[in-house]
Amino acid sequence: MSVPLVAITTTVLDAAALASAVSAAGPGLGAVTTFVGLVRDHNVGRRVHFLEYEAYDAMALGVMDVIRAEAAEHWPGIRLGMHHRIGRLEVGEASIVIAAASAHRADAFAACRYAIERVKQILPVWKHEHFEGGDVWLEGATVHPDDAEARRKAYAIACA
Amino acid sequence: MRVTIRLFARLRDLVGQTEFTREIAAPATAASVWQVLVDEYPAARDHERTMSVAVNATYARLTTPVEDGDEVAFLPPVSGG
Repeated sequence: MSVPLVAITTTVLDAAALASAVSAAGPGLGAVTTFVGLVRDHNVGRRVHFLEYEAYDAMALGVMDVIRAEAAEHWPGIRLGMHHRIGRLEVGEASIVIAAASAHRADAFAACRYAIERVKQILPVWKHEHFEGGDVWLEGATVHPDDAEARRKAYAIACA
Repeated sequence: MRVTIRLFARLRDLVGQTEFTREIAAPATAASVWQVLVDEYPAARDHERTMSVAVNATYARLTTPVEDGDEVAFLPPVSGG
C-alpha cells in the first residue's frame, strides 16, 4: 500500500513509513530528515491529560500542498511529506510527522523545519487541551498564506 | 442564493453548529455571509479580529466574492502541530 505524501488521519502516525515515501524518488537523494511532534504532559503551567485535535480536512490537505510547493521554491528538488493526526491523542503520542528528502542534508533539515513553522502559521487544525481542572481551545496564529512577512519569518527560522 | 457555512473549534462551540446553510442576498462576499452569521449569533462578532476566512476550502478574504452553492468557513487562530 503506497503512503500518501499528505494526510489528515485518525490513526497512529508512522514516521518511518513517511520517510520511506519521500525517499522513494531514487539514488540522487543523500539525506532524509523527519520531525515528529508529540503530545506533552504540560503546557503553560498546566498538567495536560490529553488533547483533541480537529481539522478542516479538505482545506488542510490543500494547505499541506501549498507548503510543499513553497518548500520546492526554496529548495528545488526537495521531497516533502506531512501527516497530521486528529481526534483524541494521549500524552506521548505523535500528533504530526514531517519528512524531507534531498540530495544534501542542509536542504533536508531546513525544509523540515520550514514545514513545521508553516504548519503552525497556516494549517487549519486546532487543539483542544484537556488539563487538570478544565479544558481550553488553544489559539495560535492567524496568517494568510500570501502574507510574505510570515513566510519570510518561517524561512529565516528554517535557515538559522 | 444558498451558502454553506462551516465553523471550527471555539467558534463552532460558540454557535453550536459546525455546518449549516443560509440564504444570502446576491451579490455577496464572505463579509456578507459573516454579517448574516453575527446577526444571528452576536457573540461571534468578538472573533472577527482574529479569524481567518476560507471559501471552498481555500484561504480567502472577507472581500472575496461568494457564489450560490459555495462553502464559506470562518476559522479561529490555528493551533496544529
